[in-house]
Amino acid sequence: MSARAPIEHTAIASLRGPLLVVEQVEGVGWDEVAEIRLASGEVRHGVVLDVSRDLAVVEVYEGTAGLRLDGLRVAFAGSPMTVPVGEGWLGRIVNGRGRPLDGGPPVFGTAARTVQGHPINPAARATPAEPILTGVSAIDGLATLVRGQKLPVFSVGGLPHLELAAQVAAQATAGGEPFAVVVAAMGITNADAAMVRDTLEERAAAGDLALFLNTADDPLVERILTPRLALTVAEHLAFELGRHVLVVLADMTSYCEAVREVSAARGEIPSRRGYPGYLYSDLASLYERAGRIKGRAGSVTQLPVVTMPAGDITHPVPDLTGYITEGQFVLSHDAHVRGIYPPFDPLRSLSRLMRLGAGPGRTRDDHLELAAQLYALVAQAQHAADLAEVVGADALGDSEQAYLALRAAFESDLVAQGRAESRTLEETLDRGWRVASMLPRRELTMVSEQTLARRYEEAPDAPARAAG
Amino acid sequence: MPIGRFPETAAVEFRVLVPAGVEGTIDWIAEAGEIGSGEPVARVGGTELTLVQTWPVRRPRPVAERRRGARPLTTGQRAIDLFYPVAEGSSAAVPGGFGTGKTVLLQQIAKWCDADVIVYVGCGERGNEMADVLDELSSLQDPRTGGALLDRTVLIANTSNMPVLAREASIYTGATVAEFYRDMGYRSVVIADSTSRWAEALREVASRTGELPAEEGYPAGLASALAAFYERSSRARTLGGADGSVTILGAISPPGGDMSEPVSAHTRRFVRCTWTLDTDLAYARHYPAVSWTGSSSRDAEPVGAWQARHGDPDWAVRRERALRLLADADRLESIAELVGAGSLPEPERLVLRTAKILREGVLQQSSLSANDARCDPTKQVALLDLVLGIHDRCARLLDRGVALATIEQIDLSPVTRARDETPPDGAAQVRNLLGELLARLGGLE
Repeated sequence: MSARAPIEHTAIASLRGPLLVVEQVEGVGWDEVAEIRLASGEVRHGVVLDVSRDLAVVEVYEGTAGLRLDGLRVAFAGSPMTVPVGEGWLGRIVNGRGRPLDGGPPVFGTAARTVQGHPINPAARATPAEPILTGVSAIDGLATLVRGQKLPVFSVGGLPHLELAAQVAAQATAGGEPFAVVVAAMGITNADAAMVRDTLEERAAAGDLALFLNTADDPLVERILTPRLALTVAEHLAFELGRHVLVVLADMTSYCEAVREVSAARGEIPSRRGYPGYLYSDLASLYERAGRIKGRAGSVTQLPVVTMPAGDITHPVPDLTGYITEGQFVLSHDAHVRGIYPPFDPLRSLSRLMRLGAGPGRTRDDHLELAAQLYALVAQAQHAADLAEVVGADALGDSEQAYLALRAAFESDLVAQGRAESRTLEETLDRGWRVASMLPRRELTMVSEQTLARRYEEAPDAPARAAG
Repeated sequence: MPIGRFPETAAVEFRVLVPAGVEGTIDWIAEAGEIGSGEPVARVGGTELTLVQTWPVRRPRPVAERRRGARPLTTGQRAIDLFYPVAEGSSAAVPGGFGTGKTVLLQQIAKWCDADVIVYVGCGERGNEMADVLDELSSLQDPRTGGALLDRTVLIANTSNMPVLAREASIYTGATVAEFYRDMGYRSVVIADSTSRWAEALREVASRTGELPAEEGYPAGLASALAAFYERSSRARTLGGADGSVTILGAISPPGGDMSEPVSAHTRRFVRCTWTLDTDLAYARHYPAVSWTGSSSRDAEPVGAWQARHGDPDWAVRRERALRLLADADRLESIAELVGAGSLPEPERLVLRTAKILREGVLQQSSLSANDARCDPTKQVALLDLVLGIHDRCARLLDRGVALATIEQIDLSPVTRARDETPPDGAAQVRNLLGELLARLGGLE
């Protein structure tokens, strides 16, 4: 990789968790790539995390299991980690470090890029403006994914978040423009990995998909590299080859655990729940790589999946993620128990960029008004449902009953859909109006008279109508 | 007195000041005409001056004296101006968990408040947001000058993936730029989004340099650094004799929404106003999610006195009535949840109904609507009068024995819609609506 003659270091001071401390080094820099040769001839890879006098701390991606202090030879490449980029990744399945898993040859690119990427100057960013349609009603209709956005799925172990992410990855389109999907799986089980591969088979066959797989039994520290590889490949596809790229990052909680483990091994002062104080900056260095650039055709859109340990949305990983990303798509255990797929929690979900990517000129004129109205109605319905739990549904007034009926229809007629079912936006919005029209017109105060006149569905025989 | 002036943008005239610390007679002054930013414009007491001044960002720029007495800063946001107003030269904090709409609220203020210069510091926040602010400010029209809003705005961007050391400095840079314009005699506003990211940068730097951590890993100097930052807000007579002000608004992003964490807890000690954003309100899509129970404004009283001196003696009374109505409704709602709303007496059910209209028709404000994003103070008052006026009339009807069910026959959805269906300064239309509705309610007697 470098013109410099490789100097091999053999003085290893210590092995600590995933870290290797090399002594008597000179001229080694941060982020430099290291190759570790074992006596057996096996080669492992790492990156320099810290340099102090003649000591260098190397994080070993494949882990330090089986290493001995003697007989190791460490060579530094003199440059940060790079990855070949290009369309060669599309249609390929590789491991968390980019080595083929599909029996194919190694991936060669047209150029090399450093995996850390470069921050986009805010003034060079173009504001996200067009939607990515996923065919999933809850997303397209109520939390529209916008090109250049980062919209995480917040979930709990046991819910079908990976199924949803895979469905989105399989169905998403960018209005006929060149599109690609890059999936970085971190610490998911082999069964889930197989499910993801199956769901995305068609997309892979079409040559629109790159799949990076780090499974739960793969080296933990490799997970720190996986999203960076995937994003570097995606950025090149987007900003140099003009594709709209959707990057699925699953599961970010596993990624953060790897960061925590490295931090603990370095003896850093922990912040909340043992995670390092720089977790926010570290996550931002990944999430902020989503976006659009003025004068470039493509875009990078991220769909990270975050599992909230014990369903706690204030846990550092979902909390810090929520502060960086542009909204969140929350899955709820309650909806899952009621048999709703996707188990969408409308009250806690939000797409911050929806107003830029939906509505007049983007999707349909009534889209934003309808979505705002549905959210308000469902919030009101939640109120009625809380009341029903205390006083019993029978003791509710007609108006509250109507809201309860609306909530049920919202879930069964709008949100719920099949795992392979792709709905058009028209269909999604029409379903939304059928749900909203269960209430009398005057309850729909967030929609203009004009839109009501065009879209409200009068149905005098509907039982809920008489109420209100 | 400035020694020269030129239009910096369509909205802001740059006034060339003699820097603090330089004094003496003007020996020479350049002719009017084009002068490059690095070229000399004057010589004062032997010192050559250019248009560029440098100033250490962590040191506040001096003023002649701080002014007493308050004058409201109109933000155009009803939940703030009517209920928790901020005075010019004062300071406010906006704590709120993620998704509660901190950034949208602060952006609305950046767009519509009646300051001369806005310094927007994007401190460790999203790149797309900065791009969006840039886009919107350049396309939106300033209602006062007719030019682009960007013409009065300075953006300082340190997005979350940019260097941490620069983040620690960014809020000081913002305060210094704002002070510089204050010294020219402008009313400037610093918006720091978010001070939590600044504090985390401080923590990251402190932990790398081996400082002993105090609370939650933050260095012991956190509280004093926060105090010093917010103290840079002022309404002052400048060294040049002009009147100017710096108002500081800071967002706080408490981890896990926990308001007892060090940044939230300490900031509240030093600011005059707190606009707490409530997660439950945001979940219910009540925006801006400014909590009417968790917010406070120490400027409310002086602003009330100012309003009384400027032709609105009822301002403070109206505010108090509305806040009491909201508090009563909150209390009644928790009772209604136990016994059912149907079993409450009619006057109390009326309070619940009015509070709902107050929340939806006055407190909520749509940042997306051309009519509603900015609300002129006259329309703000008219809307609040509309809701209170109708409430009074309904209460009188109940007194006279008209059943609540009869009163409810009259469709009050125009009240809720009024904010969105009348123009930003449509106070007259709102008053007409009040007249119409009062007449229809009067028909029930």
